Amino acid sequence: MNIPEKLGPEKLAKKPAPRPARSLRLKNTLIGWSFVAVASLLIGIFYFYPMVQALIMSFQSGTGVNLSFVGFENYIRLFQDPVFLTTVKNTVIYLIIQVPVMILLALFLSVVLNNKTLKWKGFFRTAIFLPCVTSLVAYSVVFKYLFAPDGIVNMTLMKINLVSEPVQWLTDPFWAKITIILAITWRWTGYNMIFYLSALQNVDQSIYEAAKIDGASAIQQFFKITIPMLKPIILFTSITSTIGTLQLFDEVMNITAGGPGNSTMTISQYIYNLSFKYTPDFGYAATVSYAIVILIVIFSIIQFKAGGEKK
Amino acid sequence: MKLSNKVIGYLFLSICAIISIFPFYWMVVSMTNTSSDVTRGKLLPGGHFIENLKNLLQTVDLVPALTNSAIIAVATTVLSLLIASLAGYGFEIYRSKAKDIVFNILLLSMMIPFAALMVPLFRMFGSITPVLPFIGIDTLSAVVLPTITTAFLIFFFRQSTKMFPKEILEAGRIDGLKEIGIFFRIYVPTMKTTYAAAAIITFMASWNNYLWPLVVLQSPENQTIPLLISNLGSSYSPDYGMIMMAIVIATMPTAIIFFFMQKHFVAGMMGSVK
Repeated sequence: MNIPEKLGPEKLAKKPAPRPARSLRLKNTLIGWSFVAVASLLIGIFYFYPMVQALIMSFQSGTGVNLSFVGFENYIRLFQDPVFLTTVKNTVIYLIIQVPVMILLALFLSVVLNNKTLKWKGFFRTAIFLPCVTSLVAYSVVFKYLFAPDGIVNMTLMKINLVSEPVQWLTDPFWAKITIILAITWRWTGYNMIFYLSALQNVDQSIYEAAKIDGASAIQQFFKITIPMLKPIILFTSITSTIGTLQLFDEVMNITAGGPGNSTMTISQYIYNLSFKYTPDFGYAATVSYAIVILIVIFSIIQFKAGGEKK
Repeated sequence: MKLSNKVIGYLFLSICAIISIFPFYWMVVSMTNTSSDVTRGKLLPGGHFIENLKNLLQTVDLVPALTNSAIIAVATTVLSLLIASLAGYGFEIYRSKAKDIVFNILLLSMMIPFAALMVPLFRMFGSITPVLPFIGIDTLSAVVLPTITTAFLIFFFRQSTKMFPKEILEAGRIDGLKEIGIFFRIYVPTMKTTYAAAAIITFMASWNNYLWPLVVLQSPENQTIPLLISNLGSSYSPDYGMIMMAIVIATMPTAIIFFFMQKHFVAGMMGSVK
């Protein structure tokens, strides 16, 4: 610490007379506010102001910059738009399958890794965490090639006689969704695992000892002790993963480009397409944007209600 | 029974580890092979490293893209850290009811998905382009500006400030330091690890950012690394060896940060839970 040594005796003696308390308090308040001003202003400009703009735009329609007010037309269109409904369905499918699978997998991994007698712990932990260093675009492109009709995955599956002909990982509507789910799970399981591992380190081991004496099996211990103990962190990670999945864009764009048809397209990608790929319709795109915001709020509330009743 | 449990545990971990590592192995091996070797499923290193690198440098503007990404990531990191740490410090040290309300409003912005922001942001930058062309559409500044302030980072700094020994600040005041001086001369040097963790998450997020640059950058000379990789990946007759070379190069900076600063890296990732 480099606290400057300016504390001479003469300085102490010439301490300025205390100023009126009010102006001092005002000055302190101003200093406090000036510390937080830039950040608050920038968040206002780049988050809240655009959301207000989007709200206004969601009642407008037209191509490019020529927008005119159309009332609730966009919102009516939203519920009759088959593409929008497909993208919501796809996004929710990713969400309700991928998030629980990943969280369970991450929990299992962290419990196994938390075993005191385990060897090569560091290696396993690093290896499973490693996917987190990749950029979303880069790993998506790698997955696209791995899951190509003649890619390594199909080659391996055929070699071990699990399938007789290549699985259409990228071009079949069902398998394409599976590919996306597998990809996201690969990228994020290690990330979630790290959270659980650090939470597990704070769990008192004697609880497990007691459970063992009472004859609880490993599986019972997992569901009856580990999961309840980690509830807050599970809630946190599931909300983060939910918000992330609802915004899914990079993977779908680079693995399947939303195809085949629109069968893997997400809401984010639809907003992108509406604004920058098709004839731009910013007004309607803004309406779709609010759909994601509302979904995020709904899912977060559901998870809070489900996970935190007794807090 | 105990032994079999152990075997299952090791088996499970080994399978997960192999699945996690395999794409990396494949990337690295494929960057040394020809495209047809890669399609044939060759999993051993070959001798075409130099050739793939040459091809890559000839086909795409790799160096300008790396430079753009580096400029954006460094600028974003420096500005973000400054803005967020000032705010996190301010919210905690000069705590007041009104500031807590502001802080909670700022936290709400974490719920806003970027997809919802991109259209109004694009229009915002579009409308300032004629007036201030240097921060308008298709400039690196336009990529940086909306990303330098995140509520998450402010929250991260505020949480860390809670642990900060407040007596040191009092000591600084008695020594006659101005409030801003206390921040820069006492707080910043003592919070090195927090800054390191914050720098890592911010740098990585910026280096890998895809959607906003895709929207706001248009000319090829402004391309960033994720845009370049994405373009390569969507080509109809991909040269696998060359593309893997590009992907490995793009992953290098974050991989290096990870291996040399693992502790801070993990701390940064987990910053939000305390």
